[in-house]
Amino acid sequence: MNTTWTKKNLLGLEELSAEEINLLLDTADSFKEISTRAIKKVPALRGKTIVNLFFEPSTRTRTSFELAAKRLSADTVNISVTTSSVVKGESLVDTARNLESLKADIIIMRHGISGAPYFLARMIEASVINAGDGSHEHPTQGLLDLYTIKERKGKIKGLKVAIVGDILHSRVARSNIWGLTKLGADVTVVGPPTLIPVEAKRMGVKVCHRLEDVIADIDVMNILRIQRERQQGGLFPSIREYSELYCVTPEKLEKAKKDIMIMHPGPINRGVEISSAVADGPYSVILDQVTNGLAVRMAVLFLIAGTKPGEN
Amino acid sequence: MKKIDDQISRPTKAGATKSQQRSLLIKNGHVIDPVNNIDEKMDILVQDGEIAKLSKDIKGGDSEIIDAKDKYVCPGFIDMHVHLREPGREDKETIESGTKAAARGGFTCVLCMPNTQPPIDNEGIVEYVYKQAREKGSVKVYCAACITKGRAGKELTEMEMLARAGAIALTDDGGSVADTQIMRRAMEYSSMCNLRIIAHSEDPSLSTGGQMNEGYTSTVLGLKGIPAAAEELMVYRDISLSKLTGVPIHITHISTKGTVELIRNAKKSGIKVTCDTTPHYIALTEESLKTYDTNFKVNPPLRSKEDVVSIIEGLKDGTIDAIATDHAPHTDYEKDSEFNDAPCGMIGLETAVGICLNELVQKGVINISTLVSKFTKGPREILRISNGAILEGRDADITILDLDKEWIVDKKKFQSKARNTPFDTWKLKGAATMTIVAGKVVHSEF
Repeated sequence: MNTTWTKKNLLGLEELSAEEINLLLDTADSFKEISTRAIKKVPALRGKTIVNLFFEPSTRTRTSFELAAKRLSADTVNISVTTSSVVKGESLVDTARNLESLKADIIIMRHGISGAPYFLARMIEASVINAGDGSHEHPTQGLLDLYTIKERKGKIKGLKVAIVGDILHSRVARSNIWGLTKLGADVTVVGPPTLIPVEAKRMGVKVCHRLEDVIADIDVMNILRIQRERQQGGLFPSIREYSELYCVTPEKLEKAKKDIMIMHPGPINRGVEISSAVADGPYSVILDQVTNGLAVRMAVLFLIAGTKPGEN
Repeated sequence: MKKIDDQISRPTKAGATKSQQRSLLIKNGHVIDPVNNIDEKMDILVQDGEIAKLSKDIKGGDSEIIDAKDKYVCPGFIDMHVHLREPGREDKETIESGTKAAARGGFTCVLCMPNTQPPIDNEGIVEYVYKQAREKGSVKVYCAACITKGRAGKELTEMEMLARAGAIALTDDGGSVADTQIMRRAMEYSSMCNLRIIAHSEDPSLSTGGQMNEGYTSTVLGLKGIPAAAEELMVYRDISLSKLTGVPIHITHISTKGTVELIRNAKKSGIKVTCDTTPHYIALTEESLKTYDTNFKVNPPLRSKEDVVSIIEGLKDGTIDAIATDHAPHTDYEKDSEFNDAPCGMIGLETAVGICLNELVQKGVINISTLVSKFTKGPREILRISNGAILEGRDADITILDLDKEWIVDKKKFQSKARNTPFDTWKLKGAATMTIVAGKVVHSEF
């Protein structure tokens, strides 16, 4: 490893180089082994204070970050929107300054508005890790997806990856697109025209509207969760028609390669974007993604905690 | 050329009282007055707050001399789109602070927008604005009132009453009058009251929830886009209504290539449409939003490079008649929030002239007299006001420009109460170094 980690914050994969992404993945590799030990804890971040600041409900990402921090021996605090003063009308600025006064070292934030972690990072000295912001990025999800692909396929470069569903609103899609294209994968986004953002091709991906047009060709399919309320905005006519077109079923997979990988960031809508038979079937790596998420988040926390305040 | 001025019967709603001090002689300057086709070295004698004489080599006597050598002496600049926030949001700006900012920026006259709290939709509030302007204003203030009551888009305001109270224009700025029939009736009725309709053209069904221009940058940032079509559809509607009714319409803060083309074609076919753009649509693009800095959040949103090129082309070929600031002050705490929660708008009074000189004149894109026209003759003719020309016997409203002055924008020095500028720390060449309102020097950085 020639690259060293210098970034104080992890806000998105767009701003990382391929070398930095590989460094994170390689570091995750060494942390994955720890989770297989009887004593799953190392003292790397002893004495560090890590805050999980979640403005949107989340079970798996928050739990994953919390466990990652604990396995590195950091002290963790969880603040969710229902218990914080945000509901009383406190601004994010004031919330952030209060946390800073408590001498938090790293703040992990999930927020419904794109860019909120950038705003937080400008306000405070502590490191900021983006745990998902609006429709912008979800960098640790992107990293754990990369890790899972690499683990299973042995490489990223040259693989054909389809990301299927609501690309327009998906932070997982954006982080995947940046990470995959930087590491040399061939990415196609698949969804109805109403759920593909404008000028998506300029992100370095192909755009396709029908699953059957790509299914035979791809090595990896990453299926996104569809929010039912999008239907009301005129983005698609019904869940029924959406499922007809995009729900990944054993029938649709008949034409797929025999070693296709099926991924989903969760939580899954069974029967809507993925059938139970596929989610629980032999191609699915959905639970591996969860396991790997822990290792990736340990790597992120470890590398970020190693930088000094004021860097970058 | 004097003809236009003779048609004007409106009283000048002066913020500043005419100066009774000793006379001023502005010597050795290069006078540019697009209304009177003056573009040469001349002197101006000011007595009792009025232009006493405009000619070459005036002998001063005991006048106070202002040496304007190597400077351009222009009619007082008019900013026809300013939010002074009074009444209601005096924490953002007041008529006092906003007109001080105008003076510092080189403007002798502003048109204030009616989206105050409460909105300027009855003559009592119009009178209040003029009272505040008379008592506390550093420059002249004209008042625009609402097209519809409460800016709600449902019922027409009492336009004749508003006109009698001194309003000179009508606008529901901040949004469009979405109902096309109401807009048609507003145009027809207002023509009787001699009030100019100013349209903020935006189709709300396409723009609602939007945070920035729709394009590659909005895709990358994951922010909801506002397509250019949201503006252009409504511009087309407003042009169509002008054609239907025969009533002139002014479209404010235009930002897209398509709008420039629509207005260019409408003008060619004889439709009475005019428009203005702002310094930020000249100097900035959507790419400025990449760090999610809310000081770049504005409506209409900053557009693409291609749009900027067309806006500048429209200024050059006369499609765009005027430059206005859309000065929109907000408090720090409102702008210091998550992107979607921050209000739209940026301040512009103290940077507009510098930005335009730097970006347009210094770069050789348009010449100085064309630029001066966008701040004087343009708004004067759109609003049918007496300001914006140097005429003997009229108020001495003068803006003096120094094209060689190099300066750095420092928001801490602003006279405005607000600090929400996108141009802080910009290094500029060219500034309004003196502002004279009715013979009184209200700003000087000579």
